[in-house]
Amino acid sequence: MIAHILRRLGLMVITLAIVSVVSFAVIELPPGDYLTAYAADLRASGQLVSQADLDALEKRYGLNLPIHLRYLKWIGDVLQGDFGYSFGWNKPVSELIWARLGLTVVVTFSTLIFTWIVGFAIGVYSATHQYSAADYTFTAMSFVGVGLPNFLIALVLMWVGYRYFDADVGGLFSREFLTQPWSWAKFVNMLGHLWVPIIVLGVGGTAFMIRIMRANLLDELRKPYVTTGRAKGLRERRLLMKYPVRIALNPFVSTAGWALPRLISGATIVSVVLGLPTTGPLLLSALTSQDMYLAASFVLLLSALTIIGTFISDIVLAWLDPRIREGE
Amino acid sequence: MANESRSVAASAAEQPLVRLAEEERAFVASQWQLMWWKFRRHKMALVSGVVLIGLYLVAIFCEFVAPYGPSVYDVKYTYAPLQQPYFIDPSGAFHLRPFVYGLKSSRDPRTRKVVFEPDYEVVYPIYFFVKGAPYELWGLFEMDLHLFGLEDPEGIYLALGADRMGRDMFSRIAYGTRISMSVGLVGVLLSLVLGILLGGVSGYYSGLIDTIIQRVIEFIRSIPTIPLWMALSAAIPHDWRPLRVYFAITVILSVISWTGMARVVRGRFLSLRREDFVLAASLAGASELRIIVRHMVPSFTSHIIASLTLGIPGMILSETSLSFLGLGLRPPVISWGVLLQESQNLRTVASAPWLLLPGAAVVLAVLAFNFVGDGLRDAADPYVR
Repeated sequence: MIAHILRRLGLMVITLAIVSVVSFAVIELPPGDYLTAYAADLRASGQLVSQADLDALEKRYGLNLPIHLRYLKWIGDVLQGDFGYSFGWNKPVSELIWARLGLTVVVTFSTLIFTWIVGFAIGVYSATHQYSAADYTFTAMSFVGVGLPNFLIALVLMWVGYRYFDADVGGLFSREFLTQPWSWAKFVNMLGHLWVPIIVLGVGGTAFMIRIMRANLLDELRKPYVTTGRAKGLRERRLLMKYPVRIALNPFVSTAGWALPRLISGATIVSVVLGLPTTGPLLLSALTSQDMYLAASFVLLLSALTIIGTFISDIVLAWLDPRIREGE
Repeated sequence: MANESRSVAASAAEQPLVRLAEEERAFVASQWQLMWWKFRRHKMALVSGVVLIGLYLVAIFCEFVAPYGPSVYDVKYTYAPLQQPYFIDPSGAFHLRPFVYGLKSSRDPRTRKVVFEPDYEVVYPIYFFVKGAPYELWGLFEMDLHLFGLEDPEGIYLALGADRMGRDMFSRIAYGTRISMSVGLVGVLLSLVLGILLGGVSGYYSGLIDTIIQRVIEFIRSIPTIPLWMALSAAIPHDWRPLRVYFAITVILSVISWTGMARVVRGRFLSLRREDFVLAASLAGASELRIIVRHMVPSFTSHIIASLTLGIPGMILSETSLSFLGLGLRPPVISWGVLLQESQNLRTVASAPWLLLPGAAVVLAVLAFNFVGDGLRDAADPYVR
């Protein structure tokens, strides 16, 4: 077990390193950099910018170094906690990202837990009551749920909420709590708003989980050991929970691990629609204005979040299934 | 039926045109025929297949299907609602040909908003295969025949309402069908080529090269896609022509999706390598290339087709999401995602919910592809009952 964890850890570190290179490269792709756009802006608004000033700015942020040196400078800073400077917001990047990253984590993980619990419960119910009306309804819903784009669900939910309930369902906090420090009341307020992004993000994942859980459990229920258990007099629920469900849980956990990249992607776009104060909207504006350090840091941190999440799910899977930890 | 089989066995020479019994047809049927028969049993997949064919027909002939051009605008009809066709006129008479009432606008004195009402005085019958505004089909043929429309140029038929500039939503959604449905195809073809190449190499040669390619695939899959796509799309220069942007978007989408195809192909190659027929072929002296192309590839072609079909809705959804954010295709190119960009403003959507209808088109296409893909996958798998 320890050997497996160490192996996975090593892989994770290598992956993180490569991801940092890719994030940096991707941000460098657009032609020009922030400085040229900034200078053009200043000139357009009538302010004079001397070449000496531009050179000084260039040297200060290391924008005139060749690309590999710029990358090394950036990575060195990142590892010390300095994520660079956001030219668009005129603040260090660290001030902007941590609060938003924290909220992204909150939204993503609460959706993940919601998806697991609901998907598991409905999947088990659907498999044990096969061909019932409830089963058909859930199966139909799960087919539809997999196909709906999540930002569309967000739009429709917002429209329904606005039109019929006169409620503003966007955002994570009510207006009064937006700038206040954290308190119990703020937390409760957030929970009240959190259900919208969870439902929007969770529909696709839950539908997927239901289908997987149902298919696997149906396969297990047909096996002879279940009949043996029943014949020996085990009560149905105890029989169900102790054996088939534990085995059917295996593919469930392994596919759940890959839900994290999907969730983080989905959270990015849904938060733009719903106006959540998470990483999505900030990343979008950073990319469109070529705010290099902000965008690169975001891509790096989101990827790191994903990789750490899949690492954790790999460990959980190895703990659950001995074939994985012995077989590598 | 027993008589038929006896006569087939006994006198095949004298009666070469005997109809085979049902079971016997199954024995001599080709792989594709078997797949088609199994696919036919899935009602949902069949219906979805018909829907898809309909969507692609609209995509191919969108200039003909749309009653108006995509950029024809008239600010008189800004955010006009859907016009419902009627069969029974105000006097109670039934007409076989549907008609719409004229559209008149007035300003609400209290809210100062423009309000549209049907003008019951004026009646415009809807004609099919009507001569309307001229267009160039596929940019080649000059035609002016439209699937449906009004004969009277004074009137307007907004089947799905109008948008911010008074442009007909139905026409724009029809034109958007062409771009949205084709982006999926091109992207999936690209990921097919990459996936088969790398997955095949990985599965056939295994060992070190397999491990390397697998690690690369795992790495790519662990990057969250939307941030990566956003970053790549933001790198597309604004002054590129729409067609170049279109191809750049499909390349970006394929960069991640080839991994799914590669994993499927690799899995198939790994399991097929151990099959007896491969051993027999190599013992008979067939070259490696011949074994791969002539023996192994046909065995998983059906799976490839099923994976392809299941990969297209992902592409459509991705392109729609990117364009919705403003990072993918941009106006004047029309796709469903670009149309949905208009609905980002909640106040606008609240008063003109028909702006969300391109979303319904996306859902329809994605669901249809999912059902057809499921049906194909079940039909291709010889182990499903």
